[in-house]
Amino acid sequence: MTEQLPARKSLCRRRPRGLRLRLVVAFGLVAAVSTLSTGALTFREARTGILQQSQDTVIRLLRGRVGTLAPDLAFPPGRSTLASFATEVAQADPARKWRVLVAYHGLTATSRPRDSFPELSSTLRTAATTHTPTVFQRVTSHGHSSLVVGMPVVFAAAHGERVATGLTVFLTVPQSSEQAYVQALVAAVERAAVPALGLAVLFALLAARGVLRPVRELRLATRSIAEGRLDTRLAVHGSDELADLSHTFNETAAALEASVAELRRMEARARRFAADVSHELRTPLAAMAFVTDILDEDAAALDPDTAAAVRLISRETANLARLVEDLMEISRFDAGAAALHLDEVDLAELVRRTLISRAWQDAVDTLLRAPGALRGRVDPRRVDVIVANLVGNALRHGADPTRLSLREDLRPAPDGSDSTERWAVIEVRDGGPGVPEAVLPHVFDRFHKSDTARTRSEGSGLGLAITAENARLHGGTVRAANHPGGGALFTVELPLPTSEQEDRS
Amino acid sequence: MPRVLLVEDDPGVREGARLALRRQGHDVAAAATGEEGLEHLRAFRPDVVVLDLMLPGMTGLEVCRRIRADSQVPIIMVTAMGDDVDIVVGLETGADDYVVKPVQARVLEARIRAVLRRLDTGPSPDAGGPAAEAYGELRIDRAGLSVTRAGAEVPLAPSELRLLLSLSASPGRVFSRQQLLEAVWEHGYHGDVRLVDACVKRLRTKLGEPPRQPRYVQTVRGFGYRFNSQR
Repeated sequence: MTEQLPARKSLCRRRPRGLRLRLVVAFGLVAAVSTLSTGALTFREARTGILQQSQDTVIRLLRGRVGTLAPDLAFPPGRSTLASFATEVAQADPARKWRVLVAYHGLTATSRPRDSFPELSSTLRTAATTHTPTVFQRVTSHGHSSLVVGMPVVFAAAHGERVATGLTVFLTVPQSSEQAYVQALVAAVERAAVPALGLAVLFALLAARGVLRPVRELRLATRSIAEGRLDTRLAVHGSDELADLSHTFNETAAALEASVAELRRMEARARRFAADVSHELRTPLAAMAFVTDILDEDAAALDPDTAAAVRLISRETANLARLVEDLMEISRFDAGAAALHLDEVDLAELVRRTLISRAWQDAVDTLLRAPGALRGRVDPRRVDVIVANLVGNALRHGADPTRLSLREDLRPAPDGSDSTERWAVIEVRDGGPGVPEAVLPHVFDRFHKSDTARTRSEGSGLGLAITAENARLHGGTVRAANHPGGGALFTVELPLPTSEQEDRS
Repeated sequence: MPRVLLVEDDPGVREGARLALRRQGHDVAAAATGEEGLEHLRAFRPDVVVLDLMLPGMTGLEVCRRIRADSQVPIIMVTAMGDDVDIVVGLETGADDYVVKPVQARVLEARIRAVLRRLDTGPSPDAGGPAAEAYGELRIDRAGLSVTRAGAEVPLAPSELRLLLSLSASPGRVFSRQQLLEAVWEHGYHGDVRLVDACVKRLRTKLGEPPRQPRYVQTVRGFGYRFNSQR
């Protein structure tokens, strides 16, 4: 029980935290995925739209400009003609950001002097000279993206055919403003994502709390039940699954409580019955017990058969009286009505008196402490019962020699402090064959007889059970074992409180 | 021939006890109820009362209380085992001893003899000894078996008187409860020490001792009691 407790506790603690974490992660993931995918889609569409539009504008403008200027161009153009053509084309842009390169059969000229036109790839150049429609490419270099357009200059021929002039115009337009738009878009998506994520976590925590509060209540209630408070019930809120669960829990707890109460009632009834029976038996027994001495005294004067019968009645009356007494004693233990009447006594003296009062002092080898050496607060009557039952049991069931020893045992206090606790250890060992291993765990059971035939012996069958209860009442223990050297060994350990717990004056 | 008043409601037990007591040579009067018993008390003038605690009508405890109101006759209670509270109350009410049912005739007889002996024995009045010992207001007359406090007779039940005589025989000496049980009640070693405690309580009340600081009968924690002769 005590070993399982820490494990159970940690389990209880870990679960809710895990659930909360899982909810947060799930909500966060959903929020992140939805913001990012929405953002990504929006971004892609918007970017495509922006770029397409600027591209279309550029191409339209370029085409218009080239269409206006090309017819005035002298063929074949010279280098200076090409250069001025390029410059004029570049002037189509009101922002003057265009850079134009004009190529004519290996001859090139740029709108800006000594412009190496690094953005123009050979692929585009080839594509522009071999394909008649306008080709374009988006080029990003050094963090700046530019649109590069290649346009062969064609003339419309007589039959609606187009004839290439061999002249190709290349145009590079920096797309910084488009890039800025796109970046603003990305920033906007990012800015939206962070609060969305935060909100998601918040909602997750709220949802987790909504789920976890009933779960925690359920956990506390379950533990409370486990600790024996069977009247624990949960308040049922709402009508969701958790409310259902709480409701079921309440029903289960009620059923458990009812059945435990029923069991207790039955047990109490059985115990009360045993107590009542003993009680009722006692009155006729008391009447009989008063007169058995008369029977014993006069038996000698009767004829032998009558005398035997009379003695039998006397003897069995005494046995019955002892049995009823033991039953009453057990009933009092069961009812929790057995009380300790502590008195400070010399334990060696107590044990010695127990033996003498039963005329056992010569039948038992004793090893006791010196008079006055071992004093302690015990209930003398109960210790007498303990010793008498163990020695009586040894004398009845064992064989000579019966040995009894009494010693003091100092043990460290269980609270870990430096103080020690005094214990009295009483050992009773007989010289018999010992107790069969299978019987050992049951020797302190009520009405347990070591011989399974249950033949009646002198004891009531309750002696060892009463011994165990008496030891327990003192806060001590009793155990049975077989001594390695042969014979049964019963050990009683009783704590000897040193402090004065009660003033009997 | 000691006269025994038996108060017992069960006819079988009453008859058995009457037989056994008569056999031991006692003159027995038997009563079935407490009221009847109290009537016999005046007419029969018993030397000892054997009183069942469980009586219909007036309880044994009430009978005990009424007897003690004007008589110090020895009372032996007959109780059922398990009536622990009743035993303590009975002892504090003034019963001298108790036995637990079922009880054998010879056990009851031994208790009766012990309780009666309390009155006839005690240290015999030695020739030349002082007639009475005086401890402050308290005078103990061992020969006359009487105790006075400030000149007034203190009515003591036999067990109380015997306890006081035992303790005061050796002033200052500590007696364990077990020793007192043997000396006063003639019980075996494992008797019920509550007899001693209850008797000490009654004795202190009768001697008018202050509850916290008893002058004469003092508790020695963990050991027992002693009689204090010093002021």
